[in-house]
Amino acid sequence: MSTAEKFLEMFIAIGIFVAVVGVILFFAGRIGGRRGDRWVAFLYLAPAILMLAVGLIYPAARTIYQSFFDAAGTAFIGLDNYQTIFTSRDQLTVLRNTVLWVVVTPFVATAVGLLYAILVDKARLESFAKALIFLPMAISFVGASIIWKFVYEFRPDQVGVKQIGLLNQILVWLGGKPQQWLVESPWNTLFLILVMIWIQAGFAMTVLSAAIKAIPDDVVEAARLDGVTPFGMFRFVTLPSIRPAVVVVLTTIGIGTLKVFDIVRTMTGGQFDTSVVANEFYSQSFRSDNQGLGAALAVLLFVLVIPIVVYNVRQLRASEAR
Amino acid sequence: MSLRATRTRTAVASAGVLGLTLALAACGGGSDSDDTSANAPKTDCSQFSQYGDLKGKTVTVFTGIVTPEDKAYTDSYKPFEECTGVTIKYEGDKSFETQVLVRAKAGNAPDIAIVPQPGLLAQLVATGNAKEAPAEVAANVDKFWGKDWKAYGTVDGKFYAAPSGASIKSLVWYSPKEFKDNGYQVPKTLDELYALSDKIAASGKKPWCAGISSGEATGWPVTDWMEDMMLRLNGPETYDKWVKHEIPFNSPESAAALDEAGKILKNDKYVNGGLGDVKSIATTTFQDAGLPILDGTCSLHRQASFYAANWPKNTKVAEDGDVFAFYLPGKDTSSKPLLGGGEFNLAFADRPEVKAFQTYLSTDTWANIKVSVSQGWVSANKGLDASKLTSPVDKLAAQLLQDQNAVFRFDGSDMMPGAVGSNAFWKQSTSWITGQSTKQTVDNIEAAWPK
Repeated sequence: MSTAEKFLEMFIAIGIFVAVVGVILFFAGRIGGRRGDRWVAFLYLAPAILMLAVGLIYPAARTIYQSFFDAAGTAFIGLDNYQTIFTSRDQLTVLRNTVLWVVVTPFVATAVGLLYAILVDKARLESFAKALIFLPMAISFVGASIIWKFVYEFRPDQVGVKQIGLLNQILVWLGGKPQQWLVESPWNTLFLILVMIWIQAGFAMTVLSAAIKAIPDDVVEAARLDGVTPFGMFRFVTLPSIRPAVVVVLTTIGIGTLKVFDIVRTMTGGQFDTSVVANEFYSQSFRSDNQGLGAALAVLLFVLVIPIVVYNVRQLRASEAR
Repeated sequence: MSLRATRTRTAVASAGVLGLTLALAACGGGSDSDDTSANAPKTDCSQFSQYGDLKGKTVTVFTGIVTPEDKAYTDSYKPFEECTGVTIKYEGDKSFETQVLVRAKAGNAPDIAIVPQPGLLAQLVATGNAKEAPAEVAANVDKFWGKDWKAYGTVDGKFYAAPSGASIKSLVWYSPKEFKDNGYQVPKTLDELYALSDKIAASGKKPWCAGISSGEATGWPVTDWMEDMMLRLNGPETYDKWVKHEIPFNSPESAAALDEAGKILKNDKYVNGGLGDVKSIATTTFQDAGLPILDGTCSLHRQASFYAANWPKNTKVAEDGDVFAFYLPGKDTSSKPLLGGGEFNLAFADRPEVKAFQTYLSTDTWANIKVSVSQGWVSANKGLDASKLTSPVDKLAAQLLQDQNAVFRFDGSDMMPGAVGSNAFWKQSTSWITGQSTKQTVDNIEAAWPK
């Protein structure tokens, strides 16, 4: 296609867009009467609903449908793909890793963020200290993965060979032997999780710090007058007051962790038994040519995310109702 | 809402669009500009008279070969364009492998696709949109290439695509200086290779260095090792059966080949020179793996001819230089199996100008023009004048490709189904390096073969 043709197509597309918006606005302007507002609202929503149906609902239904078919997507094989996920050794490793990610990351990241938020609260240089831990948030997952790949980099313990990985160099300074951090399963998964925690702790800290600052002063004062210990203050005043914020942080990081793909793909490519559901879904669909199993893994991911989203929404509603 | 407001909005939208258009136009300018001052060789148009007058016609070429290698391709098309008046439109895309399938299925195929794998070629032919090669092309391929090469361009008994470039994988990189200083000889058989490795190991040095890390494709260099050993131990016929899965992946022949590779790769005395223990192979990138040869901490590194581009800038790659490569020897001196890869020109149209261009690409004329304008490119075309090659590695590769005794076989993992060739084979090879047994490895790959 020549450049001129591409431009022609672009102008046609823009023309269509303008025409559609024009038609909607035209009809919306004509609507009047008793139920008019509703119709106007529906008209405005229609393009969004249509696009959601085409871009979200249809692919989701199609993926679920495909997950019951074989690798080429031609023969119906029932639940065989799901059986593979829960029986094959490779896929069980993937599930184990995903569980490890989802259990460890949200809690540790939130705990670190919370602790940090309490420690620096009203301290000197608070904003500087916060900026430090918030900085990794600005780095993309792939960027962070490359940084940490260098931290874990291994060079042999030989004359004339220098360590270039930070972690191994520290180990050598302390008199230890350099290790290959990313090879031994399941520890390598924990080293990958550390990257995610490094990124997410800043997010947890920011949200929780804001929540802590929103605790009314009179409540804190009253507790002080009652002679509460610092731990008691945290356990009976701070934590209950910021509970909704903690839940939001936990669930948000939880959902993000379920979908984790970039870190695994960049750092190990899913090798050495570090693959997770999202990465395996990609490998099966695009490298292995196994559309069916890929779709089944996508559906599994979808099913796993639902309870967290439901819980999140409920908590939000509950806190709004208050 | 009134119509008036609508009109104002539209005007604003159009203004925005105009700005966007200008920005796009600014970006789009470069791609079509044609660098006519290129060092295109002077041409004698008499060689092109057979193609007739193709003025005003256009042929589109789609490929995964991008900057900087694309320039040599477009330069090599110029004599043809000048003499016939045809316009060749060259389009390179890094995601060619997935894009070309999408385009072929959607009926938006290019006239010619440069396909790097026989497996992909078969998939493209299966879309029903590819065209059989014209008789002239078939005649040229019969004349200039071996039967093995023609077979890779053939699907279901019909010949589709003529070979283009070729690369050699059965090479071992070494330091000529180290060999000379220590009186080491380039080995002629596998046993000599092991004897040499033992000799180097006895001097207190780990002779081999290897690395298989390559992102999600981690493990692929092991597949090349195993294929090389498969060819050497069991011969080309068994190799073909193995690739086509006519013998299972966990057959004794297959396990023996992996064990043979393990004699080097999993031998603590042999690896991993300058890089660590056996396991360090798994985390060393394939790009870095041969570099210890320059430091003197490693002596031998098995990697394809393209590794020549990987040495630091001032490294002299030659028989009397800092590094060079020798042919990974066969079991004995009589057999000369050669593992490699290559590209094929597949046509999706049979207009006269496409046929003419396809024919041009299958001639010795094109191969020699291509060689004169490029670096690090060879072809298995027997009409190729090896004296025109400038780089010593290219010369070595051309020599091996044109050797009458050499039996060429295509990289097997490229021809296996995706579930094996670009997933299980890589993954299990990596596990094999980090400790998994040979039996478990071949069993797992066999289990992953699509039923």
